Amino acid sequence: MSFVEDILTSAQSLTGRRWTHGKPLSEDENVHNSKVPQTPTWEPVSENQLPPPTRVPLDLVDKLERLALVDFRNQEAVTRLEKAIRFADQLHVVNTEGVEPMESVLEDRALHLRDDRVEEGDCAEQLLQLSKKTAEEYFVAPPGNIPLPERGERATMLKDSKNWTEETV
Amino acid sequence: MLRLTIREVSLAFREGRILPSELCQKCLDRIKKTRYLNAYITVTEEQAVAQAAAADERFRRGTPKGPLDGIPFAVKDNFCTENTETTCASKMLKGYRPPFSATVVQKLLDQGAVLLGKTNLDEFAMGSGSTDGAFGPVRNPWSYSTPYRDRSGLDPDSDWAITGGSSGGSAAAVASLSSFLALGSDTGGSTRNPAALCGVVGLKPTYGLVSRHGLIPLVNSMDVPGIMTRSVHDAATVLGVLQGQDAKDSTTIRPPMENFHLPDDIDVSKLRIGIPKEYHAPGLSQEILSQWSRVADILERAGARVEAVSLPHTQHSIVCYHVLCAAEVASNMARFDGLQYGHRSAEDSSTDALYAATRHEGFNGVVRGRILPGNYFLLKRSYQRYFLKAQQVRRLIAQDFAQVFSAGVDLLLTPTTLSHAPSHAHFIQEDNRTRSAQEDVFTQPVNMAGLPSPLCPLSLPALRSALPIGLQLIGAALQDRKLLAVAGWLERQVAFPRIQLPWDTEEEEEDGGGLVERGQRVL
Repeated sequence: MSFVEDILTSAQSLTGRRWTHGKPLSEDENVHNSKVPQTPTWEPVSENQLPPPTRVPLDLVDKLERLALVDFRNQEAVTRLEKAIRFADQLHVVNTEGVEPMESVLEDRALHLRDDRVEEGDCAEQLLQLSKKTAEEYFVAPPGNIPLPERGERATMLKDSKNWTEETV
Repeated sequence: MLRLTIREVSLAFREGRILPSELCQKCLDRIKKTRYLNAYITVTEEQAVAQAAAADERFRRGTPKGPLDGIPFAVKDNFCTENTETTCASKMLKGYRPPFSATVVQKLLDQGAVLLGKTNLDEFAMGSGSTDGAFGPVRNPWSYSTPYRDRSGLDPDSDWAITGGSSGGSAAAVASLSSFLALGSDTGGSTRNPAALCGVVGLKPTYGLVSRHGLIPLVNSMDVPGIMTRSVHDAATVLGVLQGQDAKDSTTIRPPMENFHLPDDIDVSKLRIGIPKEYHAPGLSQEILSQWSRVADILERAGARVEAVSLPHTQHSIVCYHVLCAAEVASNMARFDGLQYGHRSAEDSSTDALYAATRHEGFNGVVRGRILPGNYFLLKRSYQRYFLKAQQVRRLIAQDFAQVFSAGVDLLLTPTTLSHAPSHAHFIQEDNRTRSAQEDVFTQPVNMAGLPSPLCPLSLPALRSALPIGLQLIGAALQDRKLLAVAGWLERQVAFPRIQLPWDTEEEEEDGGGLVERGQRVL
């Protein structure tokens, strides 16, 4: 019998035992290493430790959609954003007075900078090939400087594109 | 031969017992046989066959390139691969063929390793289940093992254990023996989490040790390429190849040593091992707790000084991660606008309308659900309150680790996940954000601080779920080699088995079966 089969047979013989939710103890579980805490050492932050919840009003929804160029689609997504903000509110139980914000773990190192010399390039054609729409050496965009339509019309615009998604992708 | 480690296969190549092309074909067959796992998005069969043939030739002439020559590998589909589709499991990048390869991919190819394909993930690596991608969920290979099926009573055709994520395809590929090595990425635990749930070795290197060039970014200040293999020694070999400064990634740092050869045995009695008490979090399963305790015992019995330590800000880390991740995601995802590459909507009334429609069509709900809060946290009105606040908490978390290590602790031993892999039906009862908050609780503090962390799978027969779990080691920055040496020692103590799928027995007989599992034992 190969070693693997050996292991599996022993695993199978374990399954052979009646398996109930009553958790049979293996011998390992009888002895507990004293350095490993036996019970959880903290509790989740409770609601009453948090500042009042943030509501996201419609004008903010509109602003975020314009900034992110991603639409909420429905009320559920707004609720999801509110939940995400609520989750982040737990930061406020931590005392960070006088703590410098940390941007990078490499902040205390001199990072390597290469010489300011062109080392590669001349690949315009290769890059243009990746675009769905080009003309000569340009990427083609629809007319610019037109703000997104108001929210109501935006939904109509995206409704069309949703159909497109379902049919073609 | 699929059950060997890279070290063993490489030796067999050198001695002429196996040809790279022969092994490559076996892997390709295995990929086909395990297609139901949904581990791969793209299989690069033709290219793999050609690369393996070239490796054959090098071994025939006696001029192999190194320890990875001819070794089949898979790459998470968020690393660019020249002319091979790179999707991030998103409609946004469906059909995108990058004109270049990520530095880590190129380094493996330069070493003669054979690319088998691109592996499945959560869309843009956002998730901890590999359940939220455009190509469907990945299934944990252990769902198909007989002990699990017997115990869970699940029919894997209707429900199965998830792989964890987001590098679930890579973990499933290595665990199901279709690839010897897979690259993952690790931003908040995306390599270690699926490695733990699929029972493979997963290494998150020190931030900056391995180039991120060509890894499609999620959170630039935390992303690192991750390494998944079946043995710690193999992970060390791969890290030796991948590490190093890269002119194309200004955040790479000079490695402390060139040679990554691990000692075959080490003396653990000189080590001080910290058990951070905050890692007994609410919801930790009894099974993981007892394994954590068991491994602490193993180290103690071998003479190591095991001591309780405290990382007081651990609990807040996941909240901090949630804010920093969303903010960087909002900024990173801004590049996907439909103009230069990737999906482009047919909407053309204005540039902004094109952007909005493209992103509406291209991103799934999870991605949008991180972009929107990210933009919120970065608003002028919330920047100080959320973004800078999170960066302050980040420093406290990094300082917690720094204090423990400067007090003389060599490394920390902690759980990786709260429990073993849940079933898919159970996992999807909660949304992606909730699951990530649960699943990443032990893994993302390491990313906050940029520390190295190898993960070691634990012996399966000891586990009543019949699913793998893993414990992670955490060390000070650039201590990757020391951590791997200890992980290697642990690996020899706990002896994790290879998977046995229902149809494997006959195959092994064909193989001669003799090449399996040398030098491992069960405690």
